[in-house]
Amino acid sequence: MDWVAFSLSIKLGLVTVAVLLPVGVFVGRWLAYARFSGKGFVEAALALPLVLPPTVVGYYLLVSVGGATPIGQVWAATFGHNLVFSFEGLVLASVIVNLPFAIQPAQRAFEAIAPEIREAAAVSGLSPWSVLRRIELPLAWQGILMGLVLTFAHTLGEFGVVLMVGGSIPGETKTVAIAIYDRVQAFDTASAGIMAATLLVMSLATLGLIYRLSSQVGRRHG
Amino acid sequence: MWPDVWRGLRRKGRKVLIGLALAFGALAPAAAQTPAPRIAAASDLKFALDEVIAAFARETGRSVVPTYGSSGNFKTQILQGAPFQLFLSADEGFVFELDEKGLTVDRGTLYGVGRIVLFAPKGANWSPDPQLADLKAALADGRVTRFAIANPEHAPYGRAAQEALTTAGLWDTVRPRLVFGENVSQAAQFAASGSTQGGIFALSLALAPQVAQLGTYALIPAEQHQPLRQRMVLLKGADAASRAFYDYIQSSAARAVLKRYGFLLPGE
Repeated sequence: MDWVAFSLSIKLGLVTVAVLLPVGVFVGRWLAYARFSGKGFVEAALALPLVLPPTVVGYYLLVSVGGATPIGQVWAATFGHNLVFSFEGLVLASVIVNLPFAIQPAQRAFEAIAPEIREAAAVSGLSPWSVLRRIELPLAWQGILMGLVLTFAHTLGEFGVVLMVGGSIPGETKTVAIAIYDRVQAFDTASAGIMAATLLVMSLATLGLIYRLSSQVGRRHG
Repeated sequence: MWPDVWRGLRRKGRKVLIGLALAFGALAPAAAQTPAPRIAAASDLKFALDEVIAAFARETGRSVVPTYGSSGNFKTQILQGAPFQLFLSADEGFVFELDEKGLTVDRGTLYGVGRIVLFAPKGANWSPDPQLADLKAALADGRVTRFAIANPEHAPYGRAAQEALTTAGLWDTVRPRLVFGENVSQAAQFAASGSTQGGIFALSLALAPQVAQLGTYALIPAEQHQPLRQRMVLLKGADAASRAFYDYIQSSAARAVLKRYGFLLPGE
């Protein structure tokens, strides 16, 4: 068992979740209530990572923020190391590929709140901020949490984009999914087997949690 | 805002959030350690270099962190700014390319010349020989339907395998049956696990006990392919530990390990 890789994966998952929590809440809420032309296009763009091969995301990251690009050079000059092949680069990649996983369940949860409840709250003189924290979040939290759990589980399983923009640097970019691939190539099937089984159990547990949460969402509004 | 949300959460939801927060807090300090130098090494070195690194750690108390892969991929990654301090290439051409781009300290040092083997996994109904004669027969009568080599596009050992197959006049026959490993150790994994009926990969991998027990091999004569001149180079910004390791690889202790894994050594 490669504990360095394992804890790196957990850390990547938690950082991604932390970044996507506000994104999921505000973008999800915005998409749930806003009516504007081109909304379908925005939703399609945010859902793209669901269907794109991770290598496409990896390729565009390399050509947009790689060491030889202007953004990459500004980053390197500011922080003293490159964005690609670093943990920060993995976080960026992970946030991008997980956008739909965080946003869509939150959006569905906000959409499920009856408009009359929000109207009643607004008529009662609550500010939009108070409506959010006192009415909407308590009603939508399961959807938001479901998105975050999904994001976390998906980050643990991400392989292609991590390999492309991360390389396989122990303690920096070698996540547990990469470590399994690495161990198989090193003829170390025992370690690969243990890590694969651990991921399998963790993924099953997380998905179990997600299904529990989604059944609660259904019960509340059904 | 949070007290309202908190009250809205059921007990289980609270537990999940507390768990996440605790886990995050426990992991955060791990980022603050000073890192050991990172080394990019051609994957034919996987077993040999692990031994050298262990011996280096025993003797000096210093550690280095290796990443194994195909030399061509490492060249690309280093050009894109990958944070390696030392690059052990399986092909000196990549080292010279990096030197011309001004990314290296100098033109580096030759540390070994690699050899390739023809490998048949246990249970294969053909046997490897240096002239690839039985492979030719097995390709003709369908005993070999899948054959593994590393990707010749960016893996030096894949290119050497292609050259040896071309020299033997087998390239056109074997081509539709090839399975390409992303690097030479993946090609070895395909062949030794029996996923393919055979393969050509590095002698240094075939000599490792993990691989040797999985099949038989024949050493392919060196003149059937371009020599695999393996060169290492320190990259700009290399620290003291990586320089010490660079010197250590040239020491008699490390040379003995490389020799045991089948490398021809410079100066011998």
